[in-house]
Amino acid sequence: MTKPNTEDLRRWVKQLRLDVLMMLNKAKSGHTGGSLSAADIVTALYFYKMRHNSKDTKWPDRDRFVLSKGHAAPIQYAALARCGYFHPKELLTLRKLGSMLQGHPDMKCTPGVEVCTGSLGQGLSMANGMALAIRLDKRPSRVYALLGDGEVEEGQVWEAAMSAAHYKLDNLCAIIDFNGFQIDGAVTDIMNIEPLTKKWDAFGWHVLMIDGHDMGQIVKALDDAENIKGRPTMIIARTVKGKGVSIFEGKYQYHGVPPSDEELKKSLEELGVSAEGWPERVIP
Amino acid sequence: MTKLIATRDVYGETLADIGAVNKDIVVLDADLSGSTKTNIFAKKFPDRFFNMGVSEADMMGTAAGLAACGKIPFASTFAIFASGRAWEQVRQSIAYPKLNVKIVASHSGITVGEDGGSHQAIEDIALMRVIPNMTVIVPCDGVETRSVIQEIVKYNGPVYVRVARGKFPVILPEDYKFTIGKGVVVKDGKDATIIAAGLMVSHALEAAAILEKEGLNIRVVNMSTIKPIDRELIVKAARETGAIITAEEHSIIGGLGEAVAGVAAEECPVPVKRVGIQDRFGQSGLAEELLVHYGLMPKDIAGAVKEAIKKRK
Repeated sequence: MTKPNTEDLRRWVKQLRLDVLMMLNKAKSGHTGGSLSAADIVTALYFYKMRHNSKDTKWPDRDRFVLSKGHAAPIQYAALARCGYFHPKELLTLRKLGSMLQGHPDMKCTPGVEVCTGSLGQGLSMANGMALAIRLDKRPSRVYALLGDGEVEEGQVWEAAMSAAHYKLDNLCAIIDFNGFQIDGAVTDIMNIEPLTKKWDAFGWHVLMIDGHDMGQIVKALDDAENIKGRPTMIIARTVKGKGVSIFEGKYQYHGVPPSDEELKKSLEELGVSAEGWPERVIP
Repeated sequence: MTKLIATRDVYGETLADIGAVNKDIVVLDADLSGSTKTNIFAKKFPDRFFNMGVSEADMMGTAAGLAACGKIPFASTFAIFASGRAWEQVRQSIAYPKLNVKIVASHSGITVGEDGGSHQAIEDIALMRVIPNMTVIVPCDGVETRSVIQEIVKYNGPVYVRVARGKFPVILPEDYKFTIGKGVVVKDGKDATIIAAGLMVSHALEAAAILEKEGLNIRVVNMSTIKPIDRELIVKAARETGAIITAEEHSIIGGLGEAVAGVAAEECPVPVKRVGIQDRFGQSGLAEELLVHYGLMPKDIAGAVKEAIKKRK
């Protein structure tokens, strides 16, 4: 297994956060908080863990990524652009008529997007189907699914949780971006999902709890999941909604609100990045 | 004596037959494999059969994932659950990405019988037809069912096929070959056209026989593909016979009747009468009793034909 260069990964996290903020500001709509909270996890997957090739998007042995919390599409689009799936200038077209970057992930439009998500609760079932197909074909690929914490309030998630354990899908690793907030408020206030660890454990999953902003912990959990046999792995990643920008951090009010010009300026200052040359220029 | 065959039985047998040749075919069911007849495939190819338990939403999503990796999934359950319970999964996970999932739903319409209104899907055609990218097919007998299952495997995209619990008369010749999007004239005539689907095609033929004795020469069309509908055949019927009567074991809202009426209204307006369930739920009873109660018998169609002809004059 190749050793991750965590310094390099942290630089990509910063780049993706810059991309998300810029894209959303230009689009004038979209989901800020949940895109920023998932930045470290998505970076670890695309720049370390997943075996994929932007020049051969249909490579049968590639690993699959399902963004079940599809409203965080900007973070996936940023990762895909920086991995070379399409030119970064496409990021300027997010949510615009005719864009390859739809408001929620669409496999028909975007190279590297494997399914269509956005209606919450459906991605894990699709990931299960992929894992079953991969096993039937005896391929080495693994399937990764990223869910939101509010999303697990959907009943279909638990149907899929049962199915994955029943079919012993050990080529599947799901991650919950546990940022504690959904669009109407704190998850504990809107519809309590706890005890989350016990629930996934009771459903027959191998469960790991990590800090979703600690690159060392993310990388280790993804590596460990690969060695678990006979059952799927759930990584519950504690995160901060809007992570990296204090005006958005822990604020459910920014779930579906893009940064204004003023907020963008402050955000970039805080992240210590410059918008100069964006989107072509990659931060050093 | 007419041969009677349940279209769900033919589905199960055909699926097992083509599954032996095409290894990409996988089958999913939601704890009704004994009723939908996917259990025949399951016995022959247990590795390619996935019983998802009583969870239709998860079944549709899983089918989408399998299709995204190149498999040809057939997902089966009762029509009410396939089209109703899992509607949004069918829309989002299957039709929106145009994935190659074949939904074959059994126990459609009121001929489900004794289980009653809760289990009688009279809205499924409407629910599936309204979704972009979706093809909707209602075979009229066992012969057509076999051909439909063979043909949809060759087509890359989502398809909804409606089969039934009850045994239907076989009306098509053994060598009949189904083509997606093509209706077929099963009896020619010039005074009016009955456009029917499913079991109602055989009832339409009986209605035409009744009317023949009264001196009326009625055309009967088997419109097995509800979507994309055969516009040309509808326009031809309107132009040549001047009146159209539709017959379906489904609500008159959103089904075959509205599809046909829409084309006729746009292209060649003629009187159209719709025979079907008149905006009400089904109930328990024997299939034969229910067909009489809800006005889906040959004499009901014959009555509608006469009304349509009267309207023309």
